[in-house]
Amino acid sequence: MTTPGRFGDFGGRYVPEALIPALEQLDEVRRKAMIDPEFVGELERLHRTYTGRPSILTEVPRFAEHAGGARVILKREDLNHTGSHKINNVLGQALLTKRMGKKRIIAETGAGQHGVAAATAAALLGLDCVVYMGKVDTERQALNVARMRLLGAEVVAVENGSQTLKDAVNEALRDWVANVDDTHYVLGTVTGPHPFPEMVRDFHRVIGIEARAQVLDLVGRLPDVVLACVGGGSNAMGIFHRFLDDTGVRLVGLEAGGAGVTTGRHAARFSAGERGVLHGAFTYVMQDVDGQTVESHSVSAGLDYPSVGPEHSYLLDIGRAEYRPITDVDAMEAFRLLCRTEGIIPAIESAHALAGAIDVGRELGPEAVLLVNLSGRGDKDVHTAAQWFGLLDDAALQSAGAIASADATGVSSLTDGVQV
Amino acid sequence: MTRVGDVLARCRAEGRAALIGYLPVGYPDVPGSIEAMTAMVEAGVDIVEVGVPYSDPLMDGPVIQYAVETALAGGTRVDDVFTATAAVRDAGAPALVMTYWNLVMRRGVETFASDLAAGGGSGLITPDLIPDEAGDWIASSESHGLDRVFLVAPSSTSERLTRATSACRGFVYAASTMGVTGTRTSVGSAAEGLVARTRAVTDVPVCVGLGVSNGEQAADVARFADGVIVGSALVRCLTEAPTRADGIRALTDLTRELAEGVRARRSTPGGAPGGASGMVASA
Repeated sequence: MTTPGRFGDFGGRYVPEALIPALEQLDEVRRKAMIDPEFVGELERLHRTYTGRPSILTEVPRFAEHAGGARVILKREDLNHTGSHKINNVLGQALLTKRMGKKRIIAETGAGQHGVAAATAAALLGLDCVVYMGKVDTERQALNVARMRLLGAEVVAVENGSQTLKDAVNEALRDWVANVDDTHYVLGTVTGPHPFPEMVRDFHRVIGIEARAQVLDLVGRLPDVVLACVGGGSNAMGIFHRFLDDTGVRLVGLEAGGAGVTTGRHAARFSAGERGVLHGAFTYVMQDVDGQTVESHSVSAGLDYPSVGPEHSYLLDIGRAEYRPITDVDAMEAFRLLCRTEGIIPAIESAHALAGAIDVGRELGPEAVLLVNLSGRGDKDVHTAAQWFGLLDDAALQSAGAIASADATGVSSLTDGVQV
Repeated sequence: MTRVGDVLARCRAEGRAALIGYLPVGYPDVPGSIEAMTAMVEAGVDIVEVGVPYSDPLMDGPVIQYAVETALAGGTRVDDVFTATAAVRDAGAPALVMTYWNLVMRRGVETFASDLAAGGGSGLITPDLIPDEAGDWIASSESHGLDRVFLVAPSSTSERLTRATSACRGFVYAASTMGVTGTRTSVGSAAEGLVARTRAVTDVPVCVGLGVSNGEQAADVARFADGVIVGSALVRCLTEAPTRADGIRALTDLTRELAEGVRARRSTPGGAPGGASGMVASA
């Protein structure tokens, strides 16, 4: 275990030799870029004039009444262009793609947020873009499929394995090995082979940098707890990282508890996973006794992933961060609560962080200050939520479902998808 | 010298390349896969690459993905691999196990090596393990006398070639193209260049895989490589056959064709196949 890119024991590069030159090139280019005023300046300009950074803080007192009366403050990454934190990373990687002289990007996506962000960056910077998405996810996130196509990306529905995010990553890696000469793989989270976990974290670090200063400004002190949902873990690493040295600030990651950890139908890697390798990184993986990956389950496509970024494994290992499972039921309850009390529809992923805030707020009481990363908005989840809460009659659901069942390998339903 | 090394040296002495055939354990089921591997040995494969089914085979194309998904759905376990290696050894060929790394890590690297040696296996081919991450495996394979086959690719720099080959024992696996397993209409010219660049930094035999599907391609690769590795084309004999007996027949026919292919190579002008920097000293 001698390679660069280790977080304690975790991380590394468990990939085919064929990819090593590309990873070494990427590492060199991104290291130089991050200290190059021209690159940093261009990225900051895009943040300011395109993404809409800095994202604001919103204090949510009516929601907080349900969280033990603690002060709950949301970092509004949902207000970014494209509707989630994902844009921070893809703009950085798309600029690096141009620096490397490559003309095509590929990406995997679960909920579709990263795919939409990648398609957006490709359109902005004139790159070709192919997004791999599990077939199950293309069905439950059909509007995002249409969004990606509107932006000019090709969306490939992956029908292998469990047809979700992990299989989309496999397919993206297969594409990358075959096309690495002219293609950059815009990996969407803080896992994968080095340098991805470190690089993606650094592109999202702006979340925590802004939030720390904004909370100090608003409250006059640091928060007691910072909370974020953890699928691969990019929004969480983005907001956690600036607080790592603030040892008085608890860092709490919320995983998808699905139907409950004891049911086996969940994505709680830190509750039920074991150390192992998946998608190039040594980290925690949901696996059976032989080491075969176990399928994960979550109401949230973006958290439905059997592995997790290696730096989170490290933070758990050294006791700097804690990780808790949130069930589908509790996440959806927090989702509804934020809608009803504050007029903000969160992504179901982010609703896991809100549910965590309810629990932690009740544990700590009214003196506590909780900073929650609201990583995405819930427009993409309206269909899922309508089904969950029984908000539409059967005919209306079927009409919405017609979009959801659109074949993701074709492009004919593009216009229809957008009008609904 | 290890058994794999012995076989490669014998093939070389016969003035031909070795034929290395891949099949996954557990397709169509465990006994069926062992029967197929044995048939392959009887039909002329020199070394068997015994595949371990894995849930996330990111270096494999559709044919092998289908076979290993079927094998896993049928309940194939890692333990079954050691039954297969013993059967292949008893049939008279070395068994090299092709496995994704998490399966080894999960069992424990030392335990896996010990079980493999006890099961008559010759070593491991590790498509998602680079030598840089292989400290534990290098130590365990040394103590159990197992071969270590790492991969090189057309993208490999001379520095990476040196690093990979110096960690290899048995042979080095040269990927003919940038991509995953699967048959191709032609094996890229990149393969010949890669073999030449690899030979410039090592005396370890160089075998070429990815894309070879018929006798003609095998003969072509055999011109410049010490061994020809065939996977998807052999697996397809089994997956496309209407019955198991038909599958074994098709597998046997293709193996014979490939075995003729590796014997039909033309000698390179002015010297031993593989060039002056080959393994003359050890042959």
